[in-house]
This record gives sequence, structure tokens and C-alpha cells, in this order.
Amino acid sequence: MTVTAPPVVDAEESTGRVGDAVFAGISRGSAILIMLALAGVAVFLLQQGLPALGNHGEAAYGKDNIWAFVWPLLFGTLLASLIAMIVAAPLAIGVALIISHYAPRPVAKVLGWLIDLLAAIPSVVYGLWGIQFLALNMVPVYKWLEDHAGWIPFFEGPVPNSGRTMFTAGLVLAVMALPIITAICREVFAQTPKMHQEAALALGATRWEMIRLAVFPYARSGMVSAVLLGLGRALGETMAVALVLAPTLIVSFNLITAEQSSSTIAANIALNFGNASGSKIDTLIFSGLVLFVITFAVNFLGRSIAARGRKG
Amino acid sequence: MADLQTAGAPERQAMPLTGASLPRQAPLLAVLIAGGLAALLALLGVIGWVAAIFVGWLLLMVGLPLWSRAVEGGRRSVDRGVTLLVWSAFALAMVPLVSLVWTVVSKGFGILSSQFFNNSMRGVLGEGGGIYHAIMGTLIITALATVISVPIGVLTAVYLVEYGKGSTLARVITFLVDVMTGIPSIVAGLFAYALFALFFGPGVRMGVGGAVALSVLMVPIVVRAAEEMLKLVPDELREASYALGVPKWRTITKVVLPTAVAGIVTGVTLAVARVAGETAPLLIIAGLTTGTNFNPFSDRMATLPVFIFYSITEPGLHADAMADYAWGAALVLVAIVMLLNIVARVVGGFFAPKTGR
Amino acid sequence: MIRTSIRRAVVPGIAVLALALTGCGADNETDNGSGGGSGSGDSSLSGELSGGGSSAQQAAMGAWAVGFQDANSGVTVNYDPIGSGGGRENFISGAFPFAGSDAYLTDDEGELSKAEKQCGGTVIEVPSYVSPIAIAYNLPGVDDLNLSPATLAGIMAGQITEWDDPAIAEDNPDADLPSERINAVHRSDESGTTENFTDYLDAVAGDVWTAGVVETWPSDFGGEGAKGTSGVVQTIGNSEYSIGYADASQTGDLGQANIKVGEEYVAPSPEAAAKILEVSPEADVATDTQLVFDLDHTTEEAGTYPIVMTSYLLACGSYDDAKTGELVKAFAEYVVSDEGQKQAAAEAGSAPLSADLAKKAQDIVATIGG
Repeated sequence: MTVTAPPVVDAEESTGRVGDAVFAGISRGSAILIMLALAGVAVFLLQQGLPALGNHGEAAYGKDNIWAFVWPLLFGTLLASLIAMIVAAPLAIGVALIISHYAPRPVAKVLGWLIDLLAAIPSVVYGLWGIQFLALNMVPVYKWLEDHAGWIPFFEGPVPNSGRTMFTAGLVLAVMALPIITAICREVFAQTPKMHQEAALALGATRWEMIRLAVFPYARSGMVSAVLLGLGRALGETMAVALVLAPTLIVSFNLITAEQSSSTIAANIALNFGNASGSKIDTLIFSGLVLFVITFAVNFLGRSIAARGRKG
Repeated sequence: MADLQTAGAPERQAMPLTGASLPRQAPLLAVLIAGGLAALLALLGVIGWVAAIFVGWLLLMVGLPLWSRAVEGGRRSVDRGVTLLVWSAFALAMVPLVSLVWTVVSKGFGILSSQFFNNSMRGVLGEGGGIYHAIMGTLIITALATVISVPIGVLTAVYLVEYGKGSTLARVITFLVDVMTGIPSIVAGLFAYALFALFFGPGVRMGVGGAVALSVLMVPIVVRAAEEMLKLVPDELREASYALGVPKWRTITKVVLPTAVAGIVTGVTLAVARVAGETAPLLIIAGLTTGTNFNPFSDRMATLPVFIFYSITEPGLHADAMADYAWGAALVLVAIVMLLNIVARVVGGFFAPKTGR
Repeated sequence: MIRTSIRRAVVPGIAVLALALTGCGADNETDNGSGGGSGSGDSSLSGELSGGGSSAQQAAMGAWAVGFQDANSGVTVNYDPIGSGGGRENFISGAFPFAGSDAYLTDDEGELSKAEKQCGGTVIEVPSYVSPIAIAYNLPGVDDLNLSPATLAGIMAGQITEWDDPAIAEDNPDADLPSERINAVHRSDESGTTENFTDYLDAVAGDVWTAGVVETWPSDFGGEGAKGTSGVVQTIGNSEYSIGYADASQTGDLGQANIKVGEEYVAPSPEAAAKILEVSPEADVATDTQLVFDLDHTTEEAGTYPIVMTSYLLACGSYDDAKTGELVKAFAEYVVSDEGQKQAAAEAGSAPLSADLAKKAQDIVATIGG
């Protein structure tokens, strides 16, 4: 099917398969619709966000210029998401392997349902669970870290009794991203050609060798895009972080304190959008634009890694 | 389907033709010994329970591979080590997940009653209200969003995989879909608001606006999931179909899509789950009201996430009653998405190709 | 072949149908809902009135909406607690016929003149929601905490860091103060509560509190941030040895510190809070229809609680759409009526306007025309 010719003409010239032309046209139309929608969003973001470039002082929440406002938030966003991915990715792959290869069939089915259920829990609820359960229960761990590993800048403290720290936020994000990464990894693992797996086993490979040699190479691009989708959720997550984190406009590697912890872009927008007016709205939308660009960069990177993996 | 068959495959490997191996119950035995030792330490008061679990795990992680190495050799030992590791990762991941589900169920279950499901919050302060209005709003808006985004998303994926492969347009679209995954949800809401305000004037609030905002978030997820699944459909199937003289569009609708339907349904379900709990965009464009509104094309519409959000953040004097509503609504929201999931899977299974055997 | 495509459409079709069948109105709405005029109210008003703004007013607005709808069963009142800034923005653009705002309109960013333009001349501003901001604390073993302004400012500015600091001990000679680190909790979002609180600190202890009047907590002063009133209350409740500021009606079981005014320590009661509006001067921008105040935090008047949040109801003097004007007028009249203020006090814990002030407000909203 050629892409350039208008579909109807194309159909009549070919073997008269009108259906084919119509279907091709519709699917191309949807693709173009996406383009238009995105153009709309982009125009909106740029139109609203760019005027904020010159903001300073009160309009930039007390910072000298717009970058001094965005940078700590950007830093916090990346830090929280990084913690989340370090925690979630290995666990999710483990869970996906259990479901696809390790657990007996009925158990795997139940586990699959459980994971889907977790993806359904609204982020507000993750946030509530984060402050009312996780944060409080992590306090002894943080205290221990502060006492025994306080010389590492990450664990300097002081530890708040509420447990609302960057590390807690990272953990909540990890729990939120886990079902997404797991669900996609599981699907990809399950799609591995059975022949490859059985061939590996027949050659005397242990189960782990089979997974390493037959499953992982096949699933690599899927795993990368799974982790990136999880990262996408972590980067843009709003409500959970806004509830869990005690945010400050500051750059800090200190993971277990409430007084000097960075915030994230999305959470900051959610926190302040309600009360913002005039030029402050521009400032917040500009930070949204930055988040947008960063998330896109991450996605783009992941895309190219996945594409290379597929070729190799 | 496929995963269930592969799950059974490793059984064959448990039938050793050569070499010594540990008894079948070895892992269980190792778990019992390590667990027993750790429990003993904890009971004697040497270490706390949390530390005891950690010590027990460490014992197991070191002990079983060592034992296996002594009896079965290096490769088997690594295999056992990895198996333990994978199960540990699983157990660790289950701790927060189970606690989360438990929290939602235990806190939300108490308030469920016919009144809770059949009443709205109109004219209610504190106790006595329900979430009927919010349930209806969420169902209507999410259904609309799904109706908008699934055809667009799946068709776009079809275009990318089947028609546009390698063309400039396809590359641009792929790029743009990536861009779209990065749209922060609040921006999607603002965009929908700006769009509707153009046509209906400022201060517009309507359910369909919420559906549009959710679609902006949902479409890229659907496209990506569908694209990934369509790519996994073997070319042999397509070629076989073409060889029989089936036109391309029939090949896609009768062979390619049904083959990938289970995966696509999972992707769509995840996308629905993702947007059904979305608060920020609905807050802006759909708003909140206390009464029931069935018409998505006029006036405000309450939705579960927005209701939960406000019940928690602005509870007023009746904080306890509102918190009960919020947890109950959260439980209902999870149940609705779960129900959708079941329906989707049944439908997906209905259309999936029958694998004889 | 085509049959299968139809089958494809049937399944979602059935789902939608099932949905439509169940959709037949909520139980509690059938008696007083769209029936129109069948409720207890005998008014002829009907329609939907949607405004928004200050989230501090959310609880009160909910109470007013219920009370108003009881009397006028054909009307639905909605309120979006999107924040004061958002409320003012939407009011100026004409999106909201009425708004709630923690700050009165000024011309610092041209808001007042824009609002006047939108309203076609007259802007109505009356205090609708007055509530004390309590200094809530979680300090085991201390049931009664007294704080002088300078001590409070020192704690919040991060200069007093231990509970057994001499400054706190001086205010509380009888209390058994623990030797623990103070965890000072503040609002992390931009808020009118923070503005009112820092306005107080700036007025009474400007030498200690050097950040001036701000809506967003200054990051240099440390302390733990939490989102919204409920976030602050929850954080204080969850962690011992913490202290923070929050709308008094929502602090629940937490202890509330008494603040030194003149020579005595005053607890945050509604009566003590309402009193400050009586002793405060009207703001520079106040007019016949704009009843707005600059709170006199330094007052030494006995029995006055000085840290108070005042939230205003914004409306237009006249509306293009007569029906909207009628609705806004009726609702505003209800809000500032004795009945409305009592309703808010009972359901949202606010301080009812004093009789004198309520009279003034009632006179103003009575001028709203169609």
C-alpha cells in the first residue's frame, strides 16, 4: 500500500479493494489526528509557558530567575524517579519472571490479577498509603541509617518523625511504577518463542540459563520500554508525591530529611496551581514545559535503545 | 495463553538424566532451617524480628547455593541462587502491594452499604451521603475517554506497524507519540480546558472535556502497547494470509489484530486503570458537584478521584466521615477498574484465535 | 464477514446499555431534586450557580450550599476550591459569577480595576468566613502551651530548635518541657493561611521574622512542609514534638497553643477571633460596597485572638444575566445572614460575624441587582 497517493484513487487503481483503501485511510487519519492534538498541546504550552522566561522575584516564587526556580524542581524530579527505578525495575522483572516462568500455572494467574489490580489503584490512594503507612514505618530504618551511615551525604538527616522524605517519595513511586513495569515485562516474557526456550532446555540449560539465553535477549526491547513507561509515570506523578514529600525549593542529596528535601515539578504544579494567579501561572506552566521536554528526552532515548536492540 | 504453557515447561528439567542432584524438598528444607535459625536468634532476643528476617534470608541465600555447589556443581548452584533471588524479589515486591490493598480494603469496606451506593452527596453534611453521583461520573467519563482513544490508538498502531513502516510520517508519529507520553496530566487538563473555553466561553465545565483530557493521556499508552503487540505478531501469519489472496485490511482485522488482541486488551486496561484514577485534569475541566449528572455535555460531573481528593484535602469539620467516604470511594474505584479488567479479558479471550490442541 | 464486525460492536453496546439502565437518579435526590418546588422552600429560584476560589471556604461553602438548597430546592450551588488566586482569576474573566478569596482585591496587579470592568462598575466584597488560625502542637505531657509572639516567630523561623529552650520555658513556667528537637510544620503550597500567619508574625515580631508577608513559606527557614490544611494537621498528628499553624476548626484532637495578647494568653476560640474584625481598621481600598479589612495584629484588646484568617465573598454589583444576578443575590444574602453564619459555624467551625458587621454585609449584598 503506497503512503503518498490519496486512498480512494489508490483503491480504484489497484485491484478494486475499496475496503483496503478505506482502512488504510482511516488508520492514517487517526495517526494524523494524534499529530494535530499534540500540536494543540504544544502550542498551548509554548504560548502559556514562554512568557515566563523573563520572570523573576515574586513571579518566580522568590527566585532571581526562572532557571533558579526550575532547577531544584528538576533535580528533585530526577532524583525521586531514579530512586524509584533503582528499586522498582529489578523487583518488577523478578515478579514478571515469577508469573511467566516460575510459579505454577494457577498461582501465576492469580498473581497476574493481583498486579493488574495494583495498577488500578488511583494515585491519590498511593499518596495516602504513603503518608499514613509507609512513611511512618520507614522512620526506624531512617533513624538507623542516620546513626550508622550518617557520614554518607545521602543519609545525613535529621530524620523527621513523620517519615516524609525524598526516599519515601521514591519508594511510593517505585510501588506505583512496579505494576506497570511488571505487566509489560510479563507480557513480553510470555511472548518469547517457546521453541527457543525448549531448545535451550533440551541442550541441558538450567532454567536460569534458559532465561538468560532465550528469554532476555528476545525481551530486551520490551523490558526497556517497560522500564521507561514506568519512569514516565514516576516523572509525571503528581498527587502521590505532593502528599508524601515535604517540599522545598532546594537542591539536596539528603534522602532522609524533611527539612532540606527537593520537590518534583509535577507535585509543585499541583501544590501551587490552585493559588497561583497572573504571571505565576506562566511560571508553573513553564516548569510543566520543562517536565514535558525531560520526559520526552527519556522516552526518545529509550526508543532508540529499544530500536537498536531489535536490530541486533 | 502462551505464558501458561511455558510455565509448565521447566517441569521437564526436573527429571535429571545425569549427575547428582539435591532432593526435591531441598529448597523447602533450606528455608525451614534458615528460618528456624533466624527465629531462634530472635526468640533469644539477640536481634529484632526485622533483622531476624534479614538474617534468615541471608543464611538461605548463602546456604542453599553452597550446598548445591557441593552436590550438583556450579551451574546448578547459580540456577538455585537465581531462583531464590527471583522469589525474594517477588516477596519483597508483595509486601507493599499487599499492605496497600489491605489498607484500601480494610478502611473502605466498613462504609459500603446500599445507601452508600444509591445516594449522592446533595444536601448531605457529614454522614448519610453516598457516591452514586461520582460512580456514574467516573463510568461515563472513562467510557467516553475509552471510546475516543481506543480506536484512535489502535488504528494509529496499525498504521505504524502495517502501513507506514519506515515512512517519514510514521517516524514523525512515533516521535510524537513519545512526546505525548510525557504530557503531565495537569497540562492535559489545562489543554482540554483551553480548548473547550474557546468554544463555550470561560468557566466551562463538562464531562466530555474530562474525557478529552483523559484521552490525551490515554492515546499514547494505547498506541505504544498496541504497537508493541502488533510487532510481536509473526510475519509468517501475515504472509500465509496474503498467500491465500486475503486483502491486507482483512488480514489485519482477521489475523493480525485477533492474534495480538490479548496484549492490546492488557494495554488498554492498563491505560484505563491509569486514567480512571487521574485527578488533576478532571479537577480542572469536569469539576465537582454534589448531585448526579448524567449528561456529559453540560455542567459539572462528579468523579471518584476528584471526590476522593477533596474528601481528603478539604474535609472540613466532618473529617472522619469524609475520610470514610474517601476510602470507600477508593475501594469502589479499584473494584470498578478490576471489573472492567475482567470484562476486557473475557472479551479479549472471545476474539482471540482458538488455539486447537 | 460483516456479521463479525457487528458482533464486535454489540459487546460494548450492551455495556453502555447496562450503564444507561442503572442510571436513574440517586435515592436522596428524587424527593427534593429536579421535581422543582416540592421541597421545603417555597422560592421560585431555580438553576445552577457555580463559583469557586479559596479552599479555606470549601467546608463553609458546602454547608451554605446545603442550607441554601434546602430553602430553594430548584437551585444547585457548586463551589470549586481551586484556591484564592484561581477564584479571583476566574471571577475577573467572568467564568465565576461569585468567588471566595482569602485576600481582598487590590490594584497591585490590576485585579481590582479588571474586576470592576468585568462587573460593569461595582464590585461587592464582604467578609464571609472568619476563622482563627490555631497553633497546633503534638507534645506528649504538655496539655497547655502558652506562646508569646517572639517565641512563636523564633520557633517558626528555625531559631528556637529545642522544646526546653529558655524562651519557651519563660512562657510556660509550670510545664514539663522535654529536651527534644522542635519539628516546625508549615504549608508547602502557596496559601492564604500562610499569608495571614506571616502577616501576623511580621507585624508582632518583625525583628525575628525577617521574611515579611509571604504566601509561600520561605525555604531558608527550614521546617517540614505539608500540603494543605489537612496535610499539616496530619503531619503534626503523626509526629511527636511538632508544631504548626492550621485553620482551628480542622485541628481535631491536637493541642492548640494560647497566644499572648497584651498581658494575657488567649485561646483560639471563634468569639475571640471574630473580635479582631471589630478592632481592625478598614483597608485603603474599602468602599461602600467593598467591606475589607487590614487586620490589626498588634492589638492589645483583651480577649482578642490575633491570628485570624478572613476570607471574602466576591460578587458583582450587577449582572448582564438577570437570572444569575438573582441567584447570586439570594445566595450572598443567605451567606451573610445570621442563619447562614450559624450554619457555617456549626458545620465548618468558623467564627460567625458579629451582629454589627453582619448588618453591614447584609446591607451591601442587598444592593446586588439583576
